Amino acid sequence: MHSYDYALLLAFFAIVLLPAPWLGRFYYKVMEGQRTWLSPILGPVERGCYRLAGVRAEQEHNWKQYTLALLAFNLAGFLLLFAVLLLQGYLPLNPQQLPGQDWSLALNTAVSFVTNTNWQAYSGEASVSYLSQMLGLTVQNFVSAATGLAVLVALCRGIARRSASTLGNFWVDMTRATLYGLLPLCLVLALLLVWQGVPQTFADYAHALTLQGTDQTIPLGPAASQIAIKQLGTNGGGFFGVNSAHPFENPTAWSNLFEVASIILIPVALVFTFGHYVKDLRQSRAILACMLSLFLIGGATALWSEHQPNPALDSAQVQQSAPMEGKESRFGTTGSVLWTVTTTAASNGSVNAMHDSLNPLTGMVAMANMMVGEVIFGGVGAGLYGMLLFVLIAVFLAGLMIGRTPEYLGKKLQAREVQLLVASLLVMPVGVLILGAIAASLPGPAGAVSNPGAHGFSQLLYAYTSATANNGSAFAGFGANTVFHNVMIALAMFIGRFGYILPVLALAGSLAAKHSAPLGQNSFPTHGPLFTSLLLVTILLVGGLTFLPTLALGPIAEHLSLGF
Amino acid sequence: MTTYLRPALSLALLMTLVTGALYPLAVTGIAQLAFPEQANGSLVHDEQGRVRGSRLIAQESNGDGWFHARPSAAAYATVASGASNLAPSNPALAERVTADAAGLFRADQGPVPQTLLTTSGSGLDPHLPPEAVAYQTPRVAAARQIPVERLQALLEEATLHPLIGPPVVNVLALNQALERMAPVAK
Repeated sequence: MHSYDYALLLAFFAIVLLPAPWLGRFYYKVMEGQRTWLSPILGPVERGCYRLAGVRAEQEHNWKQYTLALLAFNLAGFLLLFAVLLLQGYLPLNPQQLPGQDWSLALNTAVSFVTNTNWQAYSGEASVSYLSQMLGLTVQNFVSAATGLAVLVALCRGIARRSASTLGNFWVDMTRATLYGLLPLCLVLALLLVWQGVPQTFADYAHALTLQGTDQTIPLGPAASQIAIKQLGTNGGGFFGVNSAHPFENPTAWSNLFEVASIILIPVALVFTFGHYVKDLRQSRAILACMLSLFLIGGATALWSEHQPNPALDSAQVQQSAPMEGKESRFGTTGSVLWTVTTTAASNGSVNAMHDSLNPLTGMVAMANMMVGEVIFGGVGAGLYGMLLFVLIAVFLAGLMIGRTPEYLGKKLQAREVQLLVASLLVMPVGVLILGAIAASLPGPAGAVSNPGAHGFSQLLYAYTSATANNGSAFAGFGANTVFHNVMIALAMFIGRFGYILPVLALAGSLAAKHSAPLGQNSFPTHGPLFTSLLLVTILLVGGLTFLPTLALGPIAEHLSLGF
Repeated sequence: MTTYLRPALSLALLMTLVTGALYPLAVTGIAQLAFPEQANGSLVHDEQGRVRGSRLIAQESNGDGWFHARPSAAAYATVASGASNLAPSNPALAERVTADAAGLFRADQGPVPQTLLTTSGSGLDPHLPPEAVAYQTPRVAAARQIPVERLQALLEEATLHPLIGPPVVNVLALNQALERMAPVAK
């Protein structure tokens, strides 16, 4: 570790933590329709959208109506994107004359972007036109993040409201999240990125004569605008095939800092938004402390692991240091590891180094971050609603231990709530273990792995974990673009998204309907170090332990066999 | 059903208009005015005005008289970019590194810096750490028949020290400076 490594870590935590209380309050005001400094500009746009769409903003939905609206909107988005990808060959703004995608790839890509996963079984510069990038992928980058934010505020309202039947209006929540919550930040980040060297043009690919006299094609496009939302919306789908390792997607150490901090900027702020909803910021601090602890445990492990030289190269005439295979010079080890940990803790999934080539235990931290269900900051909205499920499970377990009815912020947790919690706990195991096991046991699909031994198993495990957790990063040597994996991974992404959203909205409806008991002397406090520790243990035991055997077969076996 | 259908479809289209068309157009407009060079790919031209590459995209250079960029798993292909995705435990990685190291090794310089033996994430890494450039100076100096000290001065001048990242040298800029200083004999 050099002085610039410490400077990077310091700058990263300053950017994500310092503005969070202010930004969290801003999100609360925006989602509750209060006036902010953006209202004079965006207010008319917002009201225009409602008028054209026939939405009555003051009319609230109960949880079933809210769910149906969400599903209808996501279905419409899916169909539009699917059609654009299939038909891009006939559509304008396609200077490279790229053909439409094959049906299974288009299906996989459409599900991937609608579910905020952004798994990519294709390479952007070689198979997606400018039009598809903008009208198709960029749009879903925005609205899938906005959908996550909408579900989160519905759950916040469910916890905060008393004897209520409604959770808010989905159309309004989604529109406000997009216009106020994402657009302004994206505009700022996109321009910062262009300044650092990210292209933003509609011109054709450029052609150069290299210094040694060969021809070189230089891919261009409206990249900065898409990369900004891909980072801020925890989407992660790269404009270029190698994502933020590409020097056009992430040109300097500074662009690297801006992009990696953008991944968790909004998820951290939303923890404070929750505190404003329940009028108790101590709850936010307890949750944030838990998320930060998990982030630091994973981060420290990964940093240590990735600074170890690869024993397999001991006999070569090479200056042994932290491995650089699959990494870019301008980021170095720390800049790459910080990204790996952040992108898997949040369900972003963009990469600036190739995860396939990471040391085994670094790759294991990436997988473990996803396996606990993307609750360490997690996706925009999705991370915190996942974390609140764990909070309720921790409260339930505490209730069992002290022998009284569990209650959270005055709301009693009863049979129906616990059933819904357990249903949500099944999502990760079903997607990773069942779908993954099917893929691993069929000779054709299992042949998609490109590395021998334990690491080959890790590649497949990573793919199904990433899809179910809606992360989207990959051990990219895995040959995922086959009909089998396109369809199965699409299924995993679908289960991983809606398998959470449906129980969360049902839970929100059920909690909203309850009256609130005043907190008494004997209530179990859900703030402070004791609860934070209980929450941490719950996440590791309930969320993580299920997957320990698979990690032993993959990264741990590889680590031991390499002789570190 | 129509209570959901109309808002779903019209909001999907309106959001497409705002975030898929107006937003990228606005960014393009501002970017082309404020940062035209970067927005168009940081292209590098020569005296005749020909495009010779992009400051941010590595070029294949294999002659003895040039500084070589990091190895590329995709042979410096730009469409599509690619990486080796070799696991640390994959024997193919150790074999490749050992073979390449044997080829580059110079007894007077010691073991080969790792960045000259490992492929980058993008296959288009435009930079090298200063020590990886320094390792190549004796070869380049011999091929261009100039003293090594002049190359070392050039290297020091070209090294960037970002506050929050490792020191790097842009290989294309370095090779251009080299060509201005001592053109390779044609």
